[in-house]
Amino acid sequence: MPGFDFSNYNRNAALHARGVPLPKATSTGTTIVGCIFDGGVVIAADTRATSGPIVADKNCEKLHYISSNIWCAGAGTAADTEFTTALISSQLELHSLSTGRKPRVVTCMTLLKQHLFKYQGHIGAYLVVAGVDPTGTHLFTVHAHGSTDKLPYVTMGSGSLAAMSVFETQWTPKLTEADAVELCSQAIQAGIFNDLGSGSNVDVAVITKEKTVLKRGYVKPNERGQKLKSYIFPKGTTAVLNEKIIRKEDLGNYVSVHELSTTEDDAGDKMEVDA
Amino acid sequence: MAMFSQNPIMNGPNYSFSDTPKVNAPEGARQHRFDPYTDNGGSTLAIAGKDFTIMAGDTRLTSGYSINSRYHPKVFKIGGTTADQKDASIVLSVVGFAADGEALKERLDAICKMYRYRHGKAMSVKACAQRLSTILYQKRFFPYYTYAILGGLDEEGNGAVYSYDPVGSYEREQCRAGGAAASLIMPFLDNQVNFKNQYVPGSGEGHALQERPRNPLSRTEVEILVKDAFDGAVERHIEVGDGLQMMVITKDGIEEILLPLKRD
Repeated sequence: MPGFDFSNYNRNAALHARGVPLPKATSTGTTIVGCIFDGGVVIAADTRATSGPIVADKNCEKLHYISSNIWCAGAGTAADTEFTTALISSQLELHSLSTGRKPRVVTCMTLLKQHLFKYQGHIGAYLVVAGVDPTGTHLFTVHAHGSTDKLPYVTMGSGSLAAMSVFETQWTPKLTEADAVELCSQAIQAGIFNDLGSGSNVDVAVITKEKTVLKRGYVKPNERGQKLKSYIFPKGTTAVLNEKIIRKEDLGNYVSVHELSTTEDDAGDKMEVDA
Repeated sequence: MAMFSQNPIMNGPNYSFSDTPKVNAPEGARQHRFDPYTDNGGSTLAIAGKDFTIMAGDTRLTSGYSINSRYHPKVFKIGGTTADQKDASIVLSVVGFAADGEALKERLDAICKMYRYRHGKAMSVKACAQRLSTILYQKRFFPYYTYAILGGLDEEGNGAVYSYDPVGSYEREQCRAGGAAASLIMPFLDNQVNFKNQYVPGSGEGHALQERPRNPLSRTEVEILVKDAFDGAVERHIEVGDGLQMMVITKDGIEEILLPLKRD
């Protein structure tokens, strides 16, 4: 069965009507921006993900791959931006394969808006779509309800006003690549420091006819300071009421064991751990 | 977030119209609302030592996703002879609704000053604590929307911290965190100030294990805990940041320390 599974809808609506609270989705209360320059387009995003007033992820990725020449910045419900961009990326790849042409930004934007309009805003994805294709350089915004805009510079998310104030005061036509990157970075930083929904680092993607360069952590203006004290506990601090020892050799009796190489050093982003 | 807030009336999924919650009002009646409160975020913290008390609070003032001020103090000296509070010996911290906090501070300060005028001596922390409770309960049905903490030195010269709920229930404690990040800071304090869930390694088996003995913390140790607590809260709570204001109360007076916090 294709599409979403609605089998729990009636149960959940009935529970909610009886006062059961709804599950809280992780929102990327965000600042995302995009700006066209002479020869390409740049998009940028902050890296904070929130759940209510709590920071859920200090360094999340809001720049999504669509195709090698098209990238998307997402705001709104984290899961929706993630899955919507992945879905359209897949459709666009198949479309490109069947037509034998490079994917176009308008095609991507149209697929996104038709998908989102169909769901009447229930898919909370707010996107900045940018790319370079054989027809030229393009920059769009797509709202959750399906409306789109085509502009030389755009901002979205809870920090969009802070970011737009930077564009409205600094933007000029015919920017160089370096100037566009700096302008977008400044716009995101305006969001990071003035909007509580945005924070941490600046991610930037520069798309030109030749290639796309993703600059993850382009600026890191919010590195965590050193703790003043060590909070390591001496071994034995935690009470142990009973213990049962299962030897490694016998582990196979309880679970299936697959040995992994221990030299794996790119196992996701490193977490901060006390020394 | 957006997914669940498309229908503002229900703040939830869209039911069929026959399922919409029934408004308990006669036909054609209009509801009027009066919302006199806002939550201005921020967090406070107080720890009592052997011969000192440290009161701290961040200096960010928020509403919604906006920062209204990066320097709006939440910690105040109370009951000095003059407006500059040079000879004050009691400190009040307030968090929650900023306007109520300000009003409460002004009121308690005025009362302390009146007490000094009438009795020719400063109010004790104990007396001030009881009076603050009375002030809060007087507004039982239109409360000051604040979480107050009062700090100073008791008659024996020991550090004293009194914490309050918005309607005046209070208690003397060793330490207390208040406000937005209270739920993040308080467990840290339980563990690092009162050594909760810590046992002496190898002191026994199972229930015979001995708890780590509590020894009074030094002023420098407490200052470190306060700074680390706030640095931690800033990392994970969006309404906490910008500046850390600390007041150290000793028999020699009140020392004020201001430190920067992350501004994102």
